[in-house]
Amino acid sequence: MDKLLKLLEDDATLTAEQLSVMLDKEVGEIKNIIEKYEKDGVVLGYKAIVDWDKTDREYVSALIEVKVMPQRDRGFDKIAEKIYNYPEVQSLYLMSGGFDLALIIEGKTMKEVAYFVAQKLATIEYVTATATHFVLRKYKDKGVIYGPAHIDERGNI
Amino acid sequence: MINYEKMLSKTVCDLKPSGIRRFFDMLADMKDVISLTIGEPDFITPWHIREAAIESLEKGKTYYTSNSGTVDLRNEISSYMKRKFQLDYNPKNEVIVTVGGSEAIDIAMRAILEPGDEVILPCPSFVCYEPIATMLGAKVININTKAENKFKLTPEELKAAITPKTKLLVLPFPNNPTGAILTREELEGIADVLRGTNIAILSDEIYAELTYGRKHVSIAQIDGMQERTIIASGFSKAYAMTGWRMGYICAPEILARQMLKIHQFAIMCAPTVSQFAAVEALRNGDEDVEIMRAEYNRRRVFLLEGFKKIGIDCFEAEGAFYLYPNIGKFGLTSEEFASRLLHEYNCAIVPGTAFGECGEGYARISYAYSMKHLTLALEKIEAFVKTLRK
Repeated sequence: MDKLLKLLEDDATLTAEQLSVMLDKEVGEIKNIIEKYEKDGVVLGYKAIVDWDKTDREYVSALIEVKVMPQRDRGFDKIAEKIYNYPEVQSLYLMSGGFDLALIIEGKTMKEVAYFVAQKLATIEYVTATATHFVLRKYKDKGVIYGPAHIDERGNI
Repeated sequence: MINYEKMLSKTVCDLKPSGIRRFFDMLADMKDVISLTIGEPDFITPWHIREAAIESLEKGKTYYTSNSGTVDLRNEISSYMKRKFQLDYNPKNEVIVTVGGSEAIDIAMRAILEPGDEVILPCPSFVCYEPIATMLGAKVININTKAENKFKLTPEELKAAITPKTKLLVLPFPNNPTGAILTREELEGIADVLRGTNIAILSDEIYAELTYGRKHVSIAQIDGMQERTIIASGFSKAYAMTGWRMGYICAPEILARQMLKIHQFAIMCAPTVSQFAAVEALRNGDEDVEIMRAEYNRRRVFLLEGFKKIGIDCFEAEGAFYLYPNIGKFGLTSEEFASRLLHEYNCAIVPGTAFGECGEGYARISYAYSMKHLTLALEKIEAFVKTLRK
């Protein structure tokens, strides 16, 4: 059922009824499959993609490169867990290349982000270096282009 | 005082404006209408295709091309016809790049028809064939395709319409507005009628890439038909390239040569920038077509199911991006139905009569819209139909 997953990935608001028609399956069956995906952790959640720049909310985000010393037996997992448990951490990846972990963090102000790095992240044992890159503008995220809402400009021909 | 009546061509003045136009004019002044009327893809031309065009501009390729189109593009069209339909067309003299499928249709009809000739046209169909024939002084013999035949042209109907004056058969399948297609077997039946006659075929295959469940077959693939067939096609629908105005003709050299003269004098050549885009589309666009087709199909199935639930009979269209539901049972004419749906529920559909009298009792629904949009439209149609049942 890769098709179902692809459809949901593109538009999580599709109802079981709509999906059942699109995939030519019973509504009940679709509901069961989705439930199973959720139970098995294949589908982990559903979220809206928000362009906060269009709102009044104060918002900054940053990408932080982190170098760490891997732990015996635990590799990077333990340290990763320590980091991702902070709610301000939006994403965390183990990377190849010049540093080990990349995390994306959100905060209200640059100061708040800087505080997180200095007080929380850098002080974690085994973290040896960090480099913070503030996001100046988001052009595209999760396949969605940020900009003015799409207007259907097609004329009636 | 100038006498404009004397100045203007009577034939042109007498042409009826397109029926679809009238409805669209009504739409123009209304706000927040949920429309299902548009006959072009809602997708944007894939980026790699747009990029190829931009690159050609950056490199200053802004000259005329040869009349029949760039060698690259004609080669690509030729190999596409071979790859998809096992048809051989010599890129040197059997392929002409045109300004959209529309020009292809125009030059094909102009190369064939003379005053007094008869042209057979299945109805309903796209609105351009009849006025072009009329301007050429030819007479259009309509064959009204029927719901019980899945809006296909049958060999019997064709046979009955042929007279000694018949010069051309227009074969507009996959069909706009019905979404009907013709299978290989059905095309063979039609070929049987035409074999041994001197009748040419204009096969409008602009929707060839948009069929669901089975692949498009061209009449030119049927034994003995290629020699009398002019294929008019283009990039608008398959690659979401309507605004580029890119179409083409594939026809035997002896026919193509005459069409090229008209194209040469009237058009010179199709837009160069668009030709560069078209080459990229044919070379690397198969996957884009696949994705768009899958999306159209989902919407098609979704709407068919939706109509079934609402209780509107709808023929199961297998091609293009239109459905052609039967709204006759609600006791309104197509125009009344569409007009009331528009004014009372802010939802626009095209009345079947926009495609000629044979469209009475039907409406054309385009599903070149997002699922969200379609869902909203269905709700409106359902609410409207409920009031009609009371």
